[in-house]
Amino acid sequence: MSKISVIIRREYLTRVRKKSFIIMTILAPVLMAALIFVPTVVMLNQDQDHKKIAVIEDNSDLFKDVIPDTKEADFVYLEDAKIDDLKNTFEQAGYYGILYISPDVINVPNAIQLISKKQPPIGLLEHIENSLEKEIETQKLQAFNIENLDEIMKNVQTKVSVQTIKIDASGQVKETSTGIAMALAYISGFLMYMLVFIFGSQVMRGVIEEKTSRVVEVIVSSVRPVQLMMGKIVGIALVGLTQFMIWVVLTMAILLVLKTTVLQKSNVTEVSQSVTQNLMTTDQQNAITSANTTEVSPELAEVTRLLNSAMNQQWGLIIISFIFYFITGYLLYASIFAAIGSAVDNETETQQFMLPVTIPIILALMVAIGTMQNPESSLSFWCSMIPLTSPIVMVARLPFGVPYWQLAVSMLLMIVTFMAFVWMAAKVYRTGILMYGKKTSWKEMWKWLRYSG
Amino acid sequence: MALFEAKNITKQFGPVTALDKVSISVPEQSIFGLLGPNGAGKTTLIRIINQITGPDSGELFLEGKKLKSDDVLIIGYLPEERGLYKKMKVGEQALYFAQLKGLSKSEAMKRLKYWFKKLDIIDWWGKKVEELSKGMQQKVQFVITVLHEPKLLIFDEPFTGFDPVNTNIIKNEILFLRERGATVIFSTHNMGSVEELCDNITLIDKAKTILEGSVDEIRNQWAANEYELVFGGDIKIEGNGHFSITNNQKENGKTIIRLKTTGDIGTNEILKTAVKSGRVISFNPALPSMNEIFIRVVEARN
Repeated sequence: MSKISVIIRREYLTRVRKKSFIIMTILAPVLMAALIFVPTVVMLNQDQDHKKIAVIEDNSDLFKDVIPDTKEADFVYLEDAKIDDLKNTFEQAGYYGILYISPDVINVPNAIQLISKKQPPIGLLEHIENSLEKEIETQKLQAFNIENLDEIMKNVQTKVSVQTIKIDASGQVKETSTGIAMALAYISGFLMYMLVFIFGSQVMRGVIEEKTSRVVEVIVSSVRPVQLMMGKIVGIALVGLTQFMIWVVLTMAILLVLKTTVLQKSNVTEVSQSVTQNLMTTDQQNAITSANTTEVSPELAEVTRLLNSAMNQQWGLIIISFIFYFITGYLLYASIFAAIGSAVDNETETQQFMLPVTIPIILALMVAIGTMQNPESSLSFWCSMIPLTSPIVMVARLPFGVPYWQLAVSMLLMIVTFMAFVWMAAKVYRTGILMYGKKTSWKEMWKWLRYSG
Repeated sequence: MALFEAKNITKQFGPVTALDKVSISVPEQSIFGLLGPNGAGKTTLIRIINQITGPDSGELFLEGKKLKSDDVLIIGYLPEERGLYKKMKVGEQALYFAQLKGLSKSEAMKRLKYWFKKLDIIDWWGKKVEELSKGMQQKVQFVITVLHEPKLLIFDEPFTGFDPVNTNIIKNEILFLRERGATVIFSTHNMGSVEELCDNITLIDKAKTILEGSVDEIRNQWAANEYELVFGGDIKIEGNGHFSITNNQKENGKTIIRLKTTGDIGTNEILKTAVKSGRVISFNPALPSMNEIFIRVVEARN
């Protein structure tokens, strides 16, 4: 076994066998699944919590049966009831609350009160507000005495949904969804940021550990410092990949189990059916979708449309680019982190060096978020070219489509830069790991770069 | 024949010269002492021998051939600032270092068992390093250094942290290793162990070699004008123009006198004076300890 693989093995095994690693690896997907699952359950459970609301007015019946019942609440209009009588007894009578509409509501918008013991859900309030607004609008319009008002209103009502269609260089037309592209951009940009930052700083801590425990001098008498550095960087990268893979598999498994057991009866199965349909070949899929659009609910049609446009993303390109930028970006930052770790005596001293390294990463993340709003901005363009920010910004730009020449230039710059950084970091590292008790500065590190052998 | 040679090694760190044309020659199967005050450049030289850093100029030879990177496999190095991974288990860690020195896992395992039993640390195999006492850790580190049976062993202050019993154990192991063919470079401030173990020394101060040769020769050389007289009974001698008394102490009914001559007086004349003063039991040239020589040489330069 070559020396570097012995080092990679140790770096990998000691980390993977740590209790904290095992706990995090198992716990994170559970938390992730909970994050996705709990809101769904909460939403479904709300349906069961049926509310009855008493609607009363003072000396008028303008709003009789105006508010339609929903899945969550029935609205019972009580004629001749007095608010003061009901205030104390509504709970015993089985009501969730009282909706009190005062007669001056037409002119005073806040003349409506919902009296209840609990904080009412926002959906309920919106429903009440919308219904009453509409009613008041209609009543106001009627006051103008326009002929055929109903017909005019019907004609005026319009609904608009913009379909985005992109034509690529070869003239092929594809239906795209900005929503999907945005989600994809956000996930890949943020994931890249997390991976580079978390595992990069693990490299730094590893280097500091070796330096402070003085174990480094024994090792570099057996292997070249650059081998130790690269062994550590690669070993930790493998730890990262392992954790990431386990997370993906576990999260999917947990979601699958929950879906089949808990959400079985709900309309989630309906969605999953449409998902399976989308996994079929395009011809079949088109046939089925067109056949289905008439039957399925509008929400489901929307989901199907989204899935269609998700399928239209250049997945191969995105995944390959992501892996490329992860490897080169991680190597670039990990080597900077390794150099910093070698230059300090303990972790608290790293702070002065961390700032200049953190700034480009944070900047890249901010630009990546901006990219979602405006993928073609020149800031996004330049940041996806500059190697310190390009791993995060470029993966965020990719779902919106990037010209190949830009991708090629960015990747080329990335390769050249990461090799230069690894080379420089190795030089700083080599000197730094054997230096003790001296406060290091950037200037000092620059000097180390020029030391011979 | 010299197993290891360094010729005219120079190393600069920016404006600081760590080594200035230093040469050493280590005969095969000998113990070589690399001495010098703190900051003299010893550690830098040792790091250069270990190829941890490279010299700015000068050449290194192992067994007559230019030192090459594979030679780390036949060098064993115990640094002064030693350390192990604190969270790692002892046995696992020893295996790791053995593999870095090119041993196969099974061979490393066999040899580790042998050494761990020999030094009575086999019970600690599965313990984490942080649970071990400092002396225990030092023993583990010693095993790691010698495990791959290196031809050249480099020990930087090997006895710090050991109690007298363990110091003796390690001392005997070093002598045993030499017996079996190893050559040892030994850096220390403990001059007692230098007298005891070293065949040859080089003394470095402020990046330059200031004293070198075999330990016996050096001590005789420095003893040139010093003598030790032992009398029976209580005797007092006054110095005269030809010699001065540097030490006068009484012990078990004897008097031990150290004297230093100006160089223009022979041993017979000294004896003549002595015989007049009392009953002489012995008369010897006094060998200064390495400690004295060290201090005198270094102080003379300041």
